[in-house]
Amino acid sequence: MKRFLLAALFFAVLVLLWEAAYRAKLWSPVLLPSPGQVVKYLEGAAADGTLAKATVITMRRLLVGYFIGIILGLPLGLLTARWKVFGDTIGTLALGLQTLPSVCWVPLALLWFGQTEAAMLFVVIMGTLWSVVIATETGVRNVPPIYRRAALTMGSKRLHMWFKVILPSALPFIVSGMKQGWAFAWRSLMAAEIFVTILTGFGLGQLLHYGRELSAMEQVIGIMIVIVVIGLLADKIFFSPIEKFLHRRWGTSQA
Amino acid sequence: MHLARRHHSSATEELQVIAPSKLAIENVSKNFKGASGAVLALDHVSLNVAEGEFVCLVGASGCGKTTLLNIIAGLEKPDSGTVQADGKPITGPGRERLVMFQEPALFPWLNVFGNVLFGLKLKPNLTNKDRHDVAKYYLELVGLSRFERANIHELSGGMKQRVSLARALAPNPRVLLMDEPFAALDALTREQLYGDLQRIWQARNKTIVFVTHNVREAACLGNRVIVFSPRPGRNREEFAVDLPRPRDINSVDLAVHAMEITKALKSFSQPEVAAAA
Repeated sequence: MKRFLLAALFFAVLVLLWEAAYRAKLWSPVLLPSPGQVVKYLEGAAADGTLAKATVITMRRLLVGYFIGIILGLPLGLLTARWKVFGDTIGTLALGLQTLPSVCWVPLALLWFGQTEAAMLFVVIMGTLWSVVIATETGVRNVPPIYRRAALTMGSKRLHMWFKVILPSALPFIVSGMKQGWAFAWRSLMAAEIFVTILTGFGLGQLLHYGRELSAMEQVIGIMIVIVVIGLLADKIFFSPIEKFLHRRWGTSQA
Repeated sequence: MHLARRHHSSATEELQVIAPSKLAIENVSKNFKGASGAVLALDHVSLNVAEGEFVCLVGASGCGKTTLLNIIAGLEKPDSGTVQADGKPITGPGRERLVMFQEPALFPWLNVFGNVLFGLKLKPNLTNKDRHDVAKYYLELVGLSRFERANIHELSGGMKQRVSLARALAPNPRVLLMDEPFAALDALTREQLYGDLQRIWQARNKTIVFVTHNVREAACLGNRVIVFSPRPGRNREEFAVDLPRPRDINSVDLAVHAMEITKALKSFSQPEVAAAA
């Protein structure tokens, strides 16, 4: 409770500073709207449904692409860790493509798939996939050999070994790879939505872009806040519980 | 309609003391290729272990005792020679012969109970309730009933090795292979575990092969102590220890045995520097 109050106080002070900057007319009101104006925009956008619609479209692109990326990335990572031939080929490819900022896939995706959902999914998958492949591979390679030996003597082999020993042992690596993949996918999707008009649906990035076109700064900032909140929620709802579990089991938490 | 009626054994059946194995090791040799050339880890080693016997292998590091244990476990294959358990050749790892390693090798993604359950889940013909009952029995046997929900990192070194022991005992193996399991523990904890291990060995009637470099430990635990010498690894001499059990590591009788064994051990191990020259 005390921590919550402190955090609330911190954000209240931030908003007050913002309001003060607005009142002091440090910048033109066109460039810096007041917190009230942003809230008013958000209320309006929420009331007429544009916000919900854009959020749903963006989240659908992100989640579908992200889960496809994970579903493809996990087995590819296992293959690269298990067989040299996959490590030399797919592993090297993954390492190379991971260094490529995934927004670089946007021009190619547009030419291949047109201004459609498929292009957005492709960009998100490319953002997720390689991180997951590399993290899974690293995780599997870091499984202490003694776990395998102990499991072998107890009669574990093949699929049981993979699912009950190697994957769980690699879990801390895989989760951090998933988190990185999420960050890459989220960033590249936003970039793509801002710079490209996708004819099949207006996402949050497009709303932000039209805010700039219309010089509606309260819209730009309002959408930015929504994007930040979605990122925070994803972390708190999805990743935090998994990480807490890992810390508790592995004993890696300081807190 | 049932297509096949599965045989199903109960927890009580599962907990029954079963016959221990006898081991026959004949002319086993094993080479390792290291950075400094090939090392003959085992050189024509022959050894018989009787049903229910507690045998300790002692020797300096590098004498091949751990290699021999791994070969009995089926984790490594000998270059030549045969290893048999109850007359059948050992072709790979199996839950008839479970290993307790020097490091606890417990799985951090499972809690204490989950670790003990791991091997039991791989045993067919048991219901989940049976598996739970069996796991509880062995946790009780090693004195850790209160910690079944604990995470591995929350345990002390001694407790971790107790969990390892319970995990190795739970699938009811005929042979227990122990590779310096107490080497990393403090003296007090170790003494407790000597007592517990002797008690459990008598209660559960297992064949135990115990590797150590600690002569007193060997004399305290084994019916028979086998001295190994390094470069090449060979078993050189045997000592029967027929002191009554439970034995106390600090007893004078035990010290006399230990002294004899130490003398033999020293006579077989050349000083490291001379060997390297």
